[in-house]
Amino acid sequence: MTDATVPHASLTPETIDVHNHYRQLVATRRLYTIGTLLVLAVVLVGALIFANDASAGKFLDRLPYLLDFIKTFTPDDPVEIVRALFDLPSPYADGSFKYDYEEGRHYLFGDVYLPEYFYQMLVTLNIAFLSTLVGGLFAFCLCFFAATNLVGAGPVRFIVRRVFELLRAFPEIVIAGLFAAILSLGPIAAIFAVSLHTIGALGKMFFEIVENADMKPDDGLKASGANWFERVRFGIVPQVLPNLVSYFLLRAEINVRASTIIGAVGGGGIGEVFRQSIGRDHAAKTYAIVILLFLTIVAVDQLSGWLRHRLVGNQAFQFGGT
Amino acid sequence: MSAITLTNTERQALREAHAKVLRPSLVKRIAGPLVILGTIAYAVFCWFFFDIGTTIAEGRWDRTVPYLADWVTWEAQPRYRFRDGGVVEIEHQRFSPLGENPDPDWMLRLPDGRDAVTFRDFADRVEIAPREVLVYLAGTPYGVALTDGAAVMPPDAPAAFEEKNGRVTVHFGFAGSAEIRNTQVLIRRRFFGWENFWFDTQSPFWDMSPPELIASAVSSERIDPARSNLSLIISEFLTNSEWQHGDVFNKLLQTIVMAFVGTLFACLLAFPLAFIAARNITRNRPLSWITKRFFDFTRSVDMLIWALVFVRGFGPGPLAGISAIFVTDTGTFGKLYSETLENIDDKQREGVKSVGAGPMSVQRYGVMPQVLPAFASQALYFWESNTRGATIIGAVGAGGIGLKLLEAMRTNADWENVAYMVCLILVVVYVFDGISNAIRSRLIGRASR
Repeated sequence: MTDATVPHASLTPETIDVHNHYRQLVATRRLYTIGTLLVLAVVLVGALIFANDASAGKFLDRLPYLLDFIKTFTPDDPVEIVRALFDLPSPYADGSFKYDYEEGRHYLFGDVYLPEYFYQMLVTLNIAFLSTLVGGLFAFCLCFFAATNLVGAGPVRFIVRRVFELLRAFPEIVIAGLFAAILSLGPIAAIFAVSLHTIGALGKMFFEIVENADMKPDDGLKASGANWFERVRFGIVPQVLPNLVSYFLLRAEINVRASTIIGAVGGGGIGEVFRQSIGRDHAAKTYAIVILLFLTIVAVDQLSGWLRHRLVGNQAFQFGGT
Repeated sequence: MSAITLTNTERQALREAHAKVLRPSLVKRIAGPLVILGTIAYAVFCWFFFDIGTTIAEGRWDRTVPYLADWVTWEAQPRYRFRDGGVVEIEHQRFSPLGENPDPDWMLRLPDGRDAVTFRDFADRVEIAPREVLVYLAGTPYGVALTDGAAVMPPDAPAAFEEKNGRVTVHFGFAGSAEIRNTQVLIRRRFFGWENFWFDTQSPFWDMSPPELIASAVSSERIDPARSNLSLIISEFLTNSEWQHGDVFNKLLQTIVMAFVGTLFACLLAFPLAFIAARNITRNRPLSWITKRFFDFTRSVDMLIWALVFVRGFGPGPLAGISAIFVTDTGTFGKLYSETLENIDDKQREGVKSVGAGPMSVQRYGVMPQVLPAFASQALYFWESNTRGATIIGAVGAGGIGLKLLEAMRTNADWENVAYMVCLILVVVYVFDGISNAIRSRLIGRASR
């Protein structure tokens, strides 16, 4: 887009001035862009060299073998994956862990059983939903105290906001580890960890919504002598509730993933059995879990997306993050 | 302003005029209570499903206080052993935080030859002589009798005394406790702070005050003839055996690098793919459908799965973490970017097209200026959130500080190291949060954040 071809002779001195200034601006901007890209490239190369040196297997050495691992990681026959998924007896059974599909059955009543991985998935889902519920409840109660339009810019707002920030940034794994040391490893430690993180994450989203609420209903209530709780209950809550529920659902979706990961580091549920099966080279079991996890996450995403769409219409809510 | 009082007729008239507002439909009236009931029912179900009651009742809640205290305090545990021949021998634990030849001011040798340990101040102390232990609580002495098989607490002992299995334990609150047996007295003396944070007890700089340290750093007298004192100080600090600063910094940098490189690569790959996936830009329906399903696939296979797969493939280390973040976020970015592209204003593209620009120029001048700030902002947001997330995938072996945190927690004795790493992580998260927010608000303005 350079305009160097514009003949100066055809322009008045004023126009030449403006023209030169424009070109100068373009040049400066380009310099900045090139500079930023250069810095980014240098940092990237440095980071890559550092990461490669720090890894047990070097990238170029390992790359050819990456596919080897997937090649050796095939089940004895494809039906084996179905058997692993539904805890059916395997013809390959040799008494080892690898084929002990029936061991994991959870009998509900009589001969009706829940296959092990479905049960573990249920554990993970329940960790996620219960944590979202607990975290959401606390976040809901606290968020009004962090909103400038309701409590002003006093110490209450300051403290509640800092608490949200801390809970959001605090590594979940440490909370899980601490509760695991007290309560022994298992889902309860994971529930505590995910709940606390949820309070921070949802609290921040919630108070931002509350701050953007229309204050006219509140003014009306104030004029008719309502106290603070009545104003919040009848003036603010009805208008923000759909948005809050929408974020709540988005968080539930994120927490399903979070509780899978935290399960893998000792929180129980599907994450833990997955880590074990991939670590022990149990191909059929691993594929069964991957399929189950994939389908569950897609289902939860779709369900939450559909519900949110119904609640708040076609607003962009892709920015949940962690 | 006085309150308005309605008469009955007025009330009736209002009720009739606004029947819908004052008496909402049945569904609306019972929806609230139903949701609350459902929530309670679900909570009760979870209570039994996870057996929360039993787990909480069986939890070792007594550990909470010492574990939490360990985050910011440390303990010295000298032992006074009663040896044959009327001798009391002081024995320190291995790798005592007090160093090789400790002589702290709370361990005294009284003028009459008895040993004493003071807690809080001199009024609370334990005096130890051969086969004789005297405990002072707020100045009042209590003698603990030592028999052949046990230590016996005095009959008038206050609540701070506890006798169990022939051992008498005296609690001095935060300051610690003394466990008296018939063969030895074990002192637990607790202090605030992180012990030997800068240098371990083996280091020549251990126990030096900051001015001494500076003096030694600038002095020409070399402690290690091979190198200058300043470089020795730095290396001694980084190799501190207890706090492992060097290793912690290295692992933290790995976590940062994982998030940075993973997000950047994901962004670079998702960028061209998003143009293919966007229906308004690529008119080829099957191609755009396949690209979109590819995004859905990499996004929905959890980051954990990718992390474990790449740990198997690359071996433990940040390469696995980078790959996991890269693959997951390619899907996420692809989805976000293609949605942004589908929502662009078509007028600019038409304008560029109408002056005869080729397909590449249309994208470059008709599309890019509209979407680039949004793309960059989304990338920054995920860069920051991945910095937080990289900690936890590190714990499954994908490199970074996660595994180190997990190891420190598993020992149940290094909570101060956990606290240290948590502080570093919090600082990193806050700093990156600030940087990302600052750049994003410059890119797209505060309002649309």
